[in-house]
Amino acid sequence: MHEYALMQALMDRVGEEAAARRALAVHRIVVRIGDLSGVEADLLESAFEIVRAGTMCEGAALEIERVPATWVCSGCGQPVPSGGRLQCGGCGFPARLAAGGEILLGRIELEVP
Amino acid sequence: MCEYCGCGDPHRVSVDLRGEILAANDRQAAHNREHFAAHGVLAINLMGSPGSGKTAVLEATAAALGSRARIAAITGDLETERDAERLRAAGIPARAITTGSACHLDAGMIHEALHDEALHGASLLVIENVGNLVCPAVYDLGQDFNVVALAVTEGEDKPLKYPVMFRKADLVLVTKTDLLPHLGLSLELLDDAIARVMPAPAVFRVSARTGEGMDRWFAWLDAHLASRPGPDRAHAAFGHRHG
Repeated sequence: MHEYALMQALMDRVGEEAAARRALAVHRIVVRIGDLSGVEADLLESAFEIVRAGTMCEGAALEIERVPATWVCSGCGQPVPSGGRLQCGGCGFPARLAAGGEILLGRIELEVP
Repeated sequence: MCEYCGCGDPHRVSVDLRGEILAANDRQAAHNREHFAAHGVLAINLMGSPGSGKTAVLEATAAALGSRARIAAITGDLETERDAERLRAAGIPARAITTGSACHLDAGMIHEALHDEALHGASLLVIENVGNLVCPAVYDLGQDFNVVALAVTEGEDKPLKYPVMFRKADLVLVTKTDLLPHLGLSLELLDDAIARVMPAPAVFRVSARTGEGMDRWFAWLDAHLASRPGPDRAHAAFGHRHG
């Protein structure tokens, strides 16, 4: 379960930012997770429950925005449907993942003095 | 207003951090990649399920390429150095990383392993990742190529079940093809499944045991080794200092 390691990296980054701003608490953490990122939202939430104990994020809400996979042709840019062969029906070029691979930290809400 | 210093009451601010959660790993991976490039090392991240034949492929690769490439390996397993021992017996200097309970290798682990002198002077470094079709795909190690070993015993639908691993793959080795006569596997269905999760499918069917199909894999390695700086230009590989 790499979600735990991922959450640890997330907490480190949030902790850095909170320290730099002398924050008193973290209220909200927004992340964007692509459906083809290899990260499970449920497991990320479970990991958050474990790692936040005793930290500034103890009372924070974790908001996970899911990003559906979107493939487009690497040649002509036309959409290529998921589920089928990942090749453009028009020009035969391989598809490129335009969205859905994200493992991103978005916005955080801090309580600052 | 705060009665002590007049700084005002605590209030909420929203900060847009907008960045990769794995930024620290990605920075370390970029650092590893610079080392590999500077020292003329071809770095392969070899992934696949436990028992997919990763180590056997490397053993056969050592036997075939040993005279024209200096192969070294880093192996990742939760416990034991068995894979590293097998590779050493095959003539490949190997460093084992035992991860304990971690399901993948990360770029920091690789960097630390690169300081092992046994690996210095390699022209081909194979990182045999922890046997797992999920987690290793998420972590960039600084490799040039991701290669996924998929045994014919795993069934045709494995790629559809684990799309992220195959999306990240540059090459798939369909291994243990010598077992095909004993299985009901359809290679056509397997190819079709791969094409639904890997945009530009590159698939070699190999048997490390009989050697069948391995020539294509060796030729692929030879081609990528040839496009790297030669050994004359590469100095004591990996040896480096940090400022």
